[in-house]
Amino acid sequence: MTHFEEELKHLKQEVNIMFALVRTQIAKAKDALVRLDKDLAREIIQTEKRVNAQELNIDRDCENYFALYNPVAVDLRYLLAILKINNNLERTGDIAEGIAKFLIQTQQSFDQELLTSSQLLKMFDECVSMMYEIEDAFENEDTIKARSIFKQDEVLDRINLEANKNIEAYIRLHPDNIEQALYVLSTIRKLERVGDQAKNIAEEVIFYLEAKVLKHTKKV
Amino acid sequence: MIEAKNLNLYYGSFQALKDISMKVPEKSVTALIGPSGCGKSTFLRTFNRMNDLIAGVKIEGDIIVDDMNIYAKGVDVDSLRKRIGMVFQKPNPFAKSIYENVAYGMRVNGVNDEKLIKQTVEESLKQAALWDEVKDNLKKSAYALSGGQQQRLCIARALAVEPTILLMDEPASALDPISTSKIEELIHELKKNYTILIVTHNMQQAARVSDHTAFFYMGSLIEFNETKTIFTNPENQQTQNYVTGRFG
Repeated sequence: MTHFEEELKHLKQEVNIMFALVRTQIAKAKDALVRLDKDLAREIIQTEKRVNAQELNIDRDCENYFALYNPVAVDLRYLLAILKINNNLERTGDIAEGIAKFLIQTQQSFDQELLTSSQLLKMFDECVSMMYEIEDAFENEDTIKARSIFKQDEVLDRINLEANKNIEAYIRLHPDNIEQALYVLSTIRKLERVGDQAKNIAEEVIFYLEAKVLKHTKKV
Repeated sequence: MIEAKNLNLYYGSFQALKDISMKVPEKSVTALIGPSGCGKSTFLRTFNRMNDLIAGVKIEGDIIVDDMNIYAKGVDVDSLRKRIGMVFQKPNPFAKSIYENVAYGMRVNGVNDEKLIKQTVEESLKQAALWDEVKDNLKKSAYALSGGQQQRLCIARALAVEPTILLMDEPASALDPISTSKIEELIHELKKNYTILIVTHNMQQAARVSDHTAFFYMGSLIEFNETKTIFTNPENQQTQNYVTGRFG
């Protein structure tokens, strides 16, 4: 293994740390919401600082590798992809933090009926599953698995599309709980963006491994 | 630690080095870069007193190697050069076998123990990442090797006398990209045990192999910094202009 290959291996380890950090943030956001666990919400906000620091760390490594090694071909695509994946992961971390910040202000536990009818918890589970899958695709350089993310994202899109109707129905039945219903709707929108970030990461994995640009195209 | 202190060097009336002060970190690679005639090779050669061989050279200031000023009176230059190995731009193997090229330094230094010589030849060739390619042909002429192999043989020859410092003057500039890559990987390995100073015209090479970089211009040390800093955010505008190819 050449010196540069060792550096790229080190970078991959750093990105894996970022993946694990962000995936855990989303999983914790779900737990904090279900249990209205404000301590856990505070932990998420605290950990977000680590996510931000790791983003800067990876960015700095990439800058150094560009400047010092003049990467070409697959190495160039790899570094370009990592810069974007890093950004996608950091934004995913921001979403978890956004959910946690609201939970700290919330006084009352969430109505189970609302959580079920809105499919919010299913959405959380789907997001965490997508994060696992895309992390695995990146780790094992598996473009088949990366492509499976596009299908999973359709589940999130469908829940998001049905959200207005579901929330409206809930509000009609529970006009005294509008605030919670609106918060759940807003969280569904946030999680839909988590799916988009995972999809973007999948596109970057395919870009670096196959040199194919899937952005703004029909996914096949 | 090796260090230059207020070093001035003159070729007759021409001042080639101007008040250079620089501490070279141990067991790491320091690259010397700059346009032709900037003084980087002259500076490199001050560390093993190679400039002494040039007529009309005058040197002021100190070069400290292991707490000793190597320009002080009474310094044994032969002994100094045993501690400071040098590799040149073009491979310069002797007209001898591969084995004898590596053994040469020890024999010159009076080592007679053939067992020790054999062991050192093998270790040096291994350190120079050449052993696997030549172990079955040690009696073959060094001239039968490719350019890249010859250069690694010269590195093995330098290592055989157990130096602590290696000076490299454009060690890969006469080699093809594959051989260059092998030399660069070798440099990366050698820094675990040696302090390496390398002159290179190839800025990408300096970026790839070195931990610290010194930029010279017209005999002056313009900037000495971590290589990462030199190639991402140099402090001096002249350094920036040079590494970005805007001049030089």
